[in-house]
Amino acid sequence: MLEHLVGKKSNKVLTTVERGAVKKFAEAIGETHPIYTDREYGLKSKYGDNIAPPTFPRTFDYGSIEGLDLPKAGLIHGEQSFEYARPLVIGDTFYCSSLVESYVEKTTKTGNLGFLTLLNIGETESGEVLFKSRIVIILTETVRELMKHGNHSNA
Amino acid sequence: MATIQTLKPGDQLPTIECPPVTRLDLIKYAGASGDYNPIHTIDDEARKAGLPGIIAHGMWSMGQLSRIVSPYLHEGFVKSYSVRFHAMVFLGDQLSLKAQLQEIQNDEYLFNVEAVKQTGEVAVKGTLIFKVI
Repeated sequence: MLEHLVGKKSNKVLTTVERGAVKKFAEAIGETHPIYTDREYGLKSKYGDNIAPPTFPRTFDYGSIEGLDLPKAGLIHGEQSFEYARPLVIGDTFYCSSLVESYVEKTTKTGNLGFLTLLNIGETESGEVLFKSRIVIILTETVRELMKHGNHSNA
Repeated sequence: MATIQTLKPGDQLPTIECPPVTRLDLIKYAGASGDYNPIHTIDDEARKAGLPGIIAHGMWSMGQLSRIVSPYLHEGFVKSYSVRFHAMVFLGDQLSLKAQLQEIQNDEYLFNVEAVKQTGEVAVKGTLIFKVI
C-alpha cells in the first residue's frame, strides 16, 4: 500500500552534534568510554574532540516525507544499520534527510506483513556523505488497516 | 590496554553482562533519544498494544550492544553496524552482550554481535565492522 512512495525524499534538516545530547545518550546506553564524554580525552584524541556513539544518529530529525503518515503506535522496528565515513564529532554540522528506499509485502507465518525501508542520510553542504542509516519498519495488517482509515478521514 | 590487532578470526570478545532492565533505564533512553513511544514507559499503553508489559526500545538494546567494541576505541571506530531485532526485551530481563571476530580485511575487523537474554533467547543479532585508523 506504500509502493507509490518509493523514491520519495524528505526535506533536509540542518543538524548539529551537541555535546550535552551525546553525553545524555552515552549515559542512556551504559557507555562510559571517555572518548564520548571526557573533554580532555577528546581534545587529545585523533578527532580533536569527543565523538558520538554509533547509534546516536537515531536521535536526529530527518524531515518529513510527503504522503508518508505512519501511525505512532503498532509499528515494529525490524532492522537497523549505520554506515560511517568517519565518526561524528561534537560540533559537526550537516544536513539530515530521508528517502523511501523500498516497500514490499510478504506473507509470513505471522500474517501478511509490509516491510518499509527508509534510508536516512547525513551529508555536508557540499554533498559529502558522513553517514547512512537504514531502518526497516514492519507494518502488520492491523496497522495498515488503521492507516487506510486515517487517510480516509483526512481526505 | 586492550589491542584489537592481536585478535584472530574465531576469537570472542569478553562478554558484557548488563544489569536487569529497569523502567528508569527506558525513561532515560526515551529522553536521550527522543523516542517517547509510550509502549516503552507506560504499562497501560503497553497493555493496550497487546503486550504483557513495557518493552525496551530496540535501539536501547542496539546501543548497549555497541559497547562491546569500546575497549578498542583508541585504535579506530565503528564503520558499520547492522542488526535485526528478534525477541522483545522486558523489564527485569538481563542481556549478555557478545561478539566474535568473523574475519579481518586489511584494517577492517568484522564481528558477529548479539545480545542474548537470560532465557537464552536472542534479542538483537547482527554484524559490526571496526576500522583501525
